[in-house]
Amino acid sequence: MKILVSVKRVIDYNVKVRVKADNTDVDLSNVKMALNPFCEIAVEEAIRLKEAGVASEVVVVSVGPKAVQEQLRTALALGADRAIQIDTDTMPEPLNVAKLLAKVVEAEQPGLVILGKQSIDSDNNQTGQMLAALTGRPQGTFAYALKVEGAPDNGKAVVTREVDGGLRTLSLELPAIVTTDLRLNEPRYAKLSDIMKAKKKPLEVKTPADLGVELKQHIELLQVEAPAARQAGIKVNSVDALVDKLKNEAKVI
Amino acid sequence: MAILLIAEHNNQALNPTTLSAVTAASQIGGDIAVLVAGSGCGAVAEEAAKIEGVSKVLLADNAAYAKGLAENLSLLVKAQASDYSHVVAPASTTAKDFMPRVAALLDVGQLSEIIAVESADTFKRPIYAGNVIATVRSGDAIKVITVRTSAFDKAAAEGGSAGVETLDRACDAGTSAFVSEEMVKSERPELTAARVIVSGGRGMGNGENFALLEKVADKLGAGIGASRAAVDAGFVSNDMQVGQTGKIVAPELYIAVGISGAIQHLAGMKDSKVIVAINKDEEAPIFQVADYGLVADLFQVLPELAEKL
Repeated sequence: MKILVSVKRVIDYNVKVRVKADNTDVDLSNVKMALNPFCEIAVEEAIRLKEAGVASEVVVVSVGPKAVQEQLRTALALGADRAIQIDTDTMPEPLNVAKLLAKVVEAEQPGLVILGKQSIDSDNNQTGQMLAALTGRPQGTFAYALKVEGAPDNGKAVVTREVDGGLRTLSLELPAIVTTDLRLNEPRYAKLSDIMKAKKKPLEVKTPADLGVELKQHIELLQVEAPAARQAGIKVNSVDALVDKLKNEAKVI
Repeated sequence: MAILLIAEHNNQALNPTTLSAVTAASQIGGDIAVLVAGSGCGAVAEEAAKIEGVSKVLLADNAAYAKGLAENLSLLVKAQASDYSHVVAPASTTAKDFMPRVAALLDVGQLSEIIAVESADTFKRPIYAGNVIATVRSGDAIKVITVRTSAFDKAAAEGGSAGVETLDRACDAGTSAFVSEEMVKSERPELTAARVIVSGGRGMGNGENFALLEKVADKLGAGIGASRAAVDAGFVSNDMQVGQTGKIVAPELYIAVGISGAIQHLAGMKDSKVIVAINKDEEAPIFQVADYGLVADLFQVLPELAEKL
């Protein structure tokens, strides 16, 4: 069975974001970029399925400008077999990404597609679900555990999901779309020798036109701003003082 | 304009987050129809009909909707959506699962987790874990929207008298099935609905020490939360996690105990009305957002606090 993993290039998890002076967008110039953490978990899960003999090939795909090849190489170094960049000028919105991925799914016919549940920049949490809708396949979102049972052509993905109030397990007919939550696994680090080897692995570049997809704008970003800062309050020196403040000043107890 | 609002419920009772989504829908303007999709959920529809501001309730009662399977719910909602200008739902894990699927079936974008309504097509939503607020405008004929319910007051649960219409359509994609669930049973209020939350972090040391928080929570009728560090360390279960990747809460009182205040955690609780921080490290970033800080050993403070409340 082939597994397709979609990954996104985003601002590094540890970088503090700044809003541009004209409030048109976030300032990403000279900022460290990285593989989106949820996507890293998606890559790791696919590689583990290959190591367990469930998957025969792991194909990694990313949508965006040439710079996303850096994240594709990272995924190749972690153990993916080959990569596809879908070349766009900017980062398209989720529905457009889903339409592009649906075409890749059509061409590659994977048994399983794994994506991160959301990217830590736009926080949309949409692409996996949209891809599932467009391909007419079942979805297991916010995965906490994933098992593949039976043969690829008539097998099932058993996905335990993180839901409000606990965990819920679903059985999905393959092919299926899975999105990862934080506790699905702990991603490995790439070894230097693997980083060197990754440079020789195949990386194919396609355009939206190659895939027959026309990108459309649905949602327009009008403005960004920093949230209202919360002011630090006061320090109290005893439990008595705290209880007094909560009762008589804040009046919340 | 007309709004289709999908109710959050467990087939027995309406989840109060639905009331916050009704407030967001009222701010958009237009008639509000509430869709209650589930199995054996007639009582939920009756409850929804009483919400102030609701003009109609649609009841889809079928085994296919029992466990909120996204494949089935999205087909049902898509089939109704053409009569509406907006499709709205509280941003629960159920809605976050099926709503983008609805949007894709309608060939429209989705506005995720809005925190303010600027106009019928323009909204504010947090990005970058709440470190940036974006103003976005949808150009689609049908706007698919999930609502961050902590940002909206609850509509009155009583006062309305909407009629209930039954939808006979059974949408079953037949590609997914419910297997099992492990729901955490608790007498305490759910985090997203609690008036007071007491949360513990890595400083709690282990899971057993959360009993100290329970004594405080008992006195306040509070829900109990945790930081990601406490969940990852295995102290408590993941459904208790407050933060960017856990639950987003905004109670009247949030008491953070032994929590340093990583950005990840702050993203989930910084809109609380009053924040109290108890931590022995006076440099902990949590004090920068706390209204009241107490620099002290939590193992001494918690028993004393439980006694004096």
